[in-house]
Amino acid sequence: MKAANANGAETGPTEDFVTVHVDGVLFGLAIERVHDVFVPSGVTPVPLAPPEIVGLLNLRGRVVTALCLRRRLGMAPAATRDEAAQGGADGRGMAIGLEQGGETFALIVDGVGEVLKLGADTKESVPINLDARWRDLTICVHRLEGRLLVILDVDALLDFGSKGARGAEAA
Amino acid sequence: MDDLLREFLTESAEHLDTVDTELVRFEQDPNNETILRNIFRLVHTIKGTCGFLGLPRLEALAHAAETLMGRFRDGMPVSSASVTLILATLDRLKAILADLDATGTEPAGADSDLIEALEHMAEVGTGAAPAPVAPPVPEIVLPEPVSRELKPGEISLEDLEAAFLAAPGPDDFPDVPAPAPVAAAPVPTTKAEMGKPEVAKPEVHAPAEGEHGPAKVQTIRVNVDTLEHLMTMVSELVLTRNQLLEIARRHEDSAYKVPLQRLSHVTAELQEGVMKTRMQPIGNAWQKLPRVVRDLSAELGKQIELVMQGAETELDRQVLEVIKDPLTHMVRNSADHGLESTAQRVAAGKPARGTIRLSAFHEGGTITIEIADDGKGLDLAAIRRKAVERNLASQADLDRMTDAQVAKFIFHAGFSTAAAVTSVSGRGVGMDVVKTNIETIGGVIDIATQAGRGTVFTIKIPLTLAIVAALIVRAGAHRFALPQVAVLELVRVGANAQAVEYINGSPVLRLRERLLPIVSLSGVLGNEAVAEASGFVVVAQVGRQRFGILVDEVFHTEEIVVKPMSAKLRHIPLFAGNTILGDGAVVLIVDPNGVANQVAHGAQAAAGQGEAEAAEADPTEATTTLLVFKGGGGGYKAVPLSLVTRLEEIDGDKVEWLGGRPLIQYRGRLMPLVPADDGIAIRSEGRQALVVFSDGERAMGLVVNEIVDIVEERLDIEIAAERSDLIGSAVLRGRATDIINIAHFLPMAYDDWARGPRKPQKAASTLLLVDDSAFFRDMLGPVLKAAGFQVVTASGADEAMATLQADPRIAVVVTDLEMPGRNGFDLVAAMRNGGDRLSGMPVIGLTGSVGAEAVERARRLAITDLVAKFDRSGLVAALGEIDASAQDDVAAAA
Repeated sequence: MKAANANGAETGPTEDFVTVHVDGVLFGLAIERVHDVFVPSGVTPVPLAPPEIVGLLNLRGRVVTALCLRRRLGMAPAATRDEAAQGGADGRGMAIGLEQGGETFALIVDGVGEVLKLGADTKESVPINLDARWRDLTICVHRLEGRLLVILDVDALLDFGSKGARGAEAA
Repeated sequence: MDDLLREFLTESAEHLDTVDTELVRFEQDPNNETILRNIFRLVHTIKGTCGFLGLPRLEALAHAAETLMGRFRDGMPVSSASVTLILATLDRLKAILADLDATGTEPAGADSDLIEALEHMAEVGTGAAPAPVAPPVPEIVLPEPVSRELKPGEISLEDLEAAFLAAPGPDDFPDVPAPAPVAAAPVPTTKAEMGKPEVAKPEVHAPAEGEHGPAKVQTIRVNVDTLEHLMTMVSELVLTRNQLLEIARRHEDSAYKVPLQRLSHVTAELQEGVMKTRMQPIGNAWQKLPRVVRDLSAELGKQIELVMQGAETELDRQVLEVIKDPLTHMVRNSADHGLESTAQRVAAGKPARGTIRLSAFHEGGTITIEIADDGKGLDLAAIRRKAVERNLASQADLDRMTDAQVAKFIFHAGFSTAAAVTSVSGRGVGMDVVKTNIETIGGVIDIATQAGRGTVFTIKIPLTLAIVAALIVRAGAHRFALPQVAVLELVRVGANAQAVEYINGSPVLRLRERLLPIVSLSGVLGNEAVAEASGFVVVAQVGRQRFGILVDEVFHTEEIVVKPMSAKLRHIPLFAGNTILGDGAVVLIVDPNGVANQVAHGAQAAAGQGEAEAAEADPTEATTTLLVFKGGGGGYKAVPLSLVTRLEEIDGDKVEWLGGRPLIQYRGRLMPLVPADDGIAIRSEGRQALVVFSDGERAMGLVVNEIVDIVEERLDIEIAAERSDLIGSAVLRGRATDIINIAHFLPMAYDDWARGPRKPQKAASTLLLVDDSAFFRDMLGPVLKAAGFQVVTASGADEAMATLQADPRIAVVVTDLEMPGRNGFDLVAAMRNGGDRLSGMPVIGLTGSVGAEAVERARRLAITDLVAKFDRSGLVAALGEIDASAQDDVAAAA
């Protein structure tokens, strides 16, 4: 994934990113990984689930595992909003449909912005003073006019919680 | 070519199974030409295909078998010996096919033994065979007309073979594979029809007059994945339909009600159709049974007839897979324990030949399978006695129980009577496993027994697992689905109904004069339980456990499509899956098994705290399963069951003496026998019980006087015996029992066992074994020594640290992770902070239960490997790996 992006940036002039925001921070997701953008509704919470998982929801007849980007990044819960996301996420948040290993996930964010075409000229590597958790989940940073866009690694985002499960299976 | 080979393997396996069954039938009915022709045709097909694919070993074997069968067809009397020989050949064919399947190439080796025997039988069989066979069943040489009629047939088959072999030649290779394996059965027929009309006759005739009509049914092979996918899509369609119906109910829009109804019908039919494609006749699970019964009949010296009814009854593929083994086990059981010996039967005035009847039929949404024998029936008095002995029930309880209830004790783990363990049934699969298997697919099993008349096992299982009836309930703010198979009844509880009572905070309910333990669904799901319990108690039963699940509200039942949980959530044991209800909401399906476990652990309060605590709490009550047997002089001895490979009972006259040491031929190898103590003389006649231990390719038979029991108890070794053959003694079931030390016996069987076969005589590295239990230290110590280590032991973390600091030779640590006080994790944590040598030292953790938490902790502490506590070979392998990498390191440094 990283390699592909890097190559794309060097040879082709631009890459497309879907921008989303959480707590005023702007994040970018590679457009080819985004299958859907929708308003999450009717989220069924799963008791005893890892904290990142908000619950399950019905996306056109498919059961989708909803995961909260805020919690995944370990960001401070904005109390009211977070509860809204937990209780039902009705109306407030937005969800990005992502796929991995034949399963569909919904990434719950505060809002979805425009699609940006960005070239290598604005691209910066991840600052080394970033929190370790963030460093693992981000690919690079783009300098935009007046603000920064943090590009997230979709595969790393979805790679959580299953380690324990895998270990148990192996055992 | 790969695809072709795969097709060939699948098909040949099916053919061989059919031949197995048919041969057994043929043996009983040697005049049935149809069966013979069928067998001949199948073996011939295999042979032909092998020749084509270039598999000389298979071809030669099949050819030899075919030759012998050709002699039958020519009128040679069919003898039991010759059928046995052919069956043995089929087994060899299967073994080769299995290898072929695994490796892709035909394994090296020669089959001259079998081929010679077959050829010999084919040549002289006529002279030798009739003698032993004639007396029991009057075998009549086939009448003349048969041989005359057969002549053309014989020619035809040769021609067919020629045609078969010749046909692919001119064609292009890629085209050939499809017709040959896919339709191997029809091909010869069509060819024959085209080429030689007069030859075709018998071929076409055979199925028509024979009982095996289905062979001609038009079928195609479809990949199972394709079917699964189709099933998923239909499930989606059903859900969408349900949603549409729900919407239609709310809107009075008649214009679209009619097409919706049509859609609904079509969907239902489609669903049924797709379900049908997953259905397989239960006969597929029975296919191996005639052979099994035949072999058992010979082995046990009983005459057994197997009657199968309703083999065409269909059920879901998935369900079929699960019940296959339990059914085989139960038939074995019936043959072994259910039926009396021929002499006993005759004495009791019964027909000498015992009957096992298998029948299957549909009943509502379930399928019922019955396994009935006309044997002696269960010994209820013995079961009652045993139940009291094991504290499964009090005498007073037993007196109140019906016979059917008493009979159900045989489903308890390890519940076997002394006579029960034989080579036939003592294969580690007990009735408890049978019951568990059946229950995992939502089935139930029942017993009816009548002394002297026989026993009937009745199994009821659902037709499919993909769509289940579920009760929709509410707990807290959310709805959940509870599979209805586990639900017995609903009881309303609350202020103006029956009240829930508490014992030390644990809720219980009085239900018809019995106390029912209750868990609140919100409670097990980690939410705050409401102080005043009101709502409904769903009385559920899982296995032998009956409990109540407290929910706030019960809505209705609904047919739900079970969708698997996301990989991220699969580790939560409380949920079996999820589904979408008619109103579009996603609900979680509660797994009654998971809830049952929570009830048993009483972990309701701690449910949210994770499993680590539960895992740590367990070992304090850890029990060990032990095999109890009688040694010389009638004393009781025991050995941990986990070390035992098999239990066997052999004929005393099979024991051979070589260089003064007793041996038997066991599974194609020689196995040395060692008496469990000096008081035991190896019997030269009658049955001799053996406990078989094995390690890789080696096996040893421990000779014991009698196998008594399997017990599961907390082990307290009371006296550490000063003898190398004993670890100590313990009280098991109220009897003083010696626990034997297997490490003492292994070297007696093989001189070099103790030296460690893999790394003989290398500089022994020193190993620290940490375990709080003296039993395990004593048990593992010799094992580790045998693996080539100098062993130092410590009984706790503190002692271990002291030893580690004092003894610089120690290179590896093997530690129990679950110890009272400072446990193994604490020890490793201390080591990791303990300076250069200790922080990098390899550690192997022994654990009774490997949970996700433990794995995670072990990884954090850089524990090299986790091994289950009884997994001796696993431990040795793990040590071997460490050794190898250490040597690599040394090499790299040099």
